[in-house]
Amino acid sequence: MSPSTKYTEYDAYAAAAEEAAEGRVFDVNGQDWDQMVADARDAGDERLVVNMGPQHPSTHGVLRLILTLDGETVDECRLGIGYLHTGIEKNMEYRTWTQGSTFCTRMDYLAPIFNETAYALGVEKLLGITEQVPERAQIIRVMMMELNRISSHLVAIATFGLELGATTVMLNGFIEREYTLDLFEEITGLRMNMAYVRPGGVAQDLPSGAMSKLRDYLDRMPKRLKAMRKLMDDNPVYKARTKDVGYLDLTGCTALGITGPVLRATGIPWDLRKSQPYCGYETYDFQVHTQTTCDVYGRYLVRMAEMEESLKIVEQCVERLQSVKGPVMVEDKKIGWPAQLAIGADGMGNSPRHIAHIMGTSMEALIHHFKLVTEGFRVPAGQVYAAVESPRGELGAHLVSDGGTRPYRAHFRDPSFTNLQATPAMAEGGMVADVIAAVASIDPVMGGVDR
Amino acid sequence: MSSQNPEQQAEQAADRLPAHREDERAEQPVARTGMFGIQGTGDTSGYGRLVVRQAPKVSSPRPFGGPDGAAEAGEFDEIADQLARLLPTYGEAVERVVVHRGELTLHVKREHLAEVARTLRDAPELRFEMCMGVSGVHYPSDEGAELHAVYPLLSITHNRRVRLDVSCPDSDPHVPSIVDIYPTNDWHERETYDFFGIVFDGHPALTRIMMPDDWVGHPQRKDYPLGGIPVEYRGAEVPPPDQRRSYT
Repeated sequence: MSPSTKYTEYDAYAAAAEEAAEGRVFDVNGQDWDQMVADARDAGDERLVVNMGPQHPSTHGVLRLILTLDGETVDECRLGIGYLHTGIEKNMEYRTWTQGSTFCTRMDYLAPIFNETAYALGVEKLLGITEQVPERAQIIRVMMMELNRISSHLVAIATFGLELGATTVMLNGFIEREYTLDLFEEITGLRMNMAYVRPGGVAQDLPSGAMSKLRDYLDRMPKRLKAMRKLMDDNPVYKARTKDVGYLDLTGCTALGITGPVLRATGIPWDLRKSQPYCGYETYDFQVHTQTTCDVYGRYLVRMAEMEESLKIVEQCVERLQSVKGPVMVEDKKIGWPAQLAIGADGMGNSPRHIAHIMGTSMEALIHHFKLVTEGFRVPAGQVYAAVESPRGELGAHLVSDGGTRPYRAHFRDPSFTNLQATPAMAEGGMVADVIAAVASIDPVMGGVDR
Repeated sequence: MSSQNPEQQAEQAADRLPAHREDERAEQPVARTGMFGIQGTGDTSGYGRLVVRQAPKVSSPRPFGGPDGAAEAGEFDEIADQLARLLPTYGEAVERVVVHRGELTLHVKREHLAEVARTLRDAPELRFEMCMGVSGVHYPSDEGAELHAVYPLLSITHNRRVRLDVSCPDSDPHVPSIVDIYPTNDWHERETYDFFGIVFDGHPALTRIMMPDDWVGHPQRKDYPLGGIPVEYRGAEVPPPDQRRSYT
């Protein structure tokens, strides 16, 4: 068959299979392993190119590592990504500004609240209503973000343990995360991908039972984090696998654009919550923790300390929420989503009172609801960049409006995407086993990398 | 200002739109006609003969102020002044300066991108040591500058942000690579190439990153369809998102 330019007919691998690449190719298809090892030994190649992934359990989703090995040493490390590309940015151009939060929450699926907040802050900046977002909404945003930071870091540490072969760490991490997700479910109705933070505020106020659940959580969590520290901090096996592994210093971090715990493990206290505060972070009392070791163990310690700080912030939020009452969406009825949500027998939906109002008593309210839901609001033309400190680093939203009811362009600078570029710098020259530790310490989420 | 209405005049002045004579504006290309994007006789809105011309290019006057939006000279003026002092070709390199929503955007000519970026990174007074990647934008109606590459820069030293905006025509989609200045842009430039077809000259290995290697087309351009199939639900058919009625 002659090569075709149509991607549906063209087979890029057809030629490669016939001609074969340089050297001998071993396909691992469940044949006798001993036989294959013997073959590889007889072939006498100095270097071996190994494909790790995209379905390897320790590559955090669908990441593909192409390793050139000289014995146990990694000579060269390349990464292949794009297996989880879902076209979220393109899709957002075909929905209203409010619908955008439903899409972008699915990018970095371990930190949905951060995706939504970065997006919402960007839209609010474009609208010029940053100051008008009610205080209660800002407090709820901060609280949700910090809870999300805890759940995300817990997964980071849990999967990290699993990849190094410690099932106990994994189980402990996931159990604690489950408690956080229970809170999310209580507050937003969903465990993940909530689309809770919307341009102008949040989708709905806290339900009546949330405060007592939050207090239970705050009572329980510090002890559990202490227990995790007890298990890991001085564990000789853990330290042997993580100390002086995956080294990346400050110069490397700035050149490669690395932010988040990896950057803070080089000793620089760069945290957007402190340096360029948003959502009122400047009014909370918390510390930015750093380490100076630049290694995997340092990044772990930074994450642990950040969870403890997050608990402090959540505590302050709970305290404030008791006294600060009021709306959770901007006053401007031309922007604030008209529908109010309520829990019914079949789950969450539009509140019956709101439906009764628009269907029974006010035709204007119905028109208003209809216009805002189908057409959406218009956003003045321009471009903005809004950034938040996500668990993995700077999450930036570059939003462009042409004055219409839909984003003209929405681009997300996902920290996982940028940080993953550091893998070769951390892994080359080290052992194969340390590649796993290096990748895990970056904590990439492929949903965010590929978007 | 073209309007005679004092209210509109005040509005335009507040928007800081550049003065454009009526005839000048009329010469600019038409961006769209009618409402709702409907062709032919389908438009019953009464706006069928509405002609919307392309918006004039905005440029902010001095003083630029700072992120807080103050009227007096501030941080943004400092950045512009320092850059003008350190870069002999400043007047030629920076086409326009836009301050909007507390953010500073320098529209840079592509020939000068590398020197502008290098000065911003290396000068101690500027020291934008981090680049937050590249984001492409496709404006099919902006003739001669259809493709834009946008670089948000961050200075940890001075805790400031600035944005570089570089454009290139669709017929010659080339922008110099700045991977040698900001190595972090390696993947970002590959992504922008993949999605918009902007060729970053000098990039060490400009290949697709998200789409398969043998993919045809650049998916995030405006002329690339979203795709999708109509979905049937309880007897009614919902068209794919890009074929639904839109309001812009």
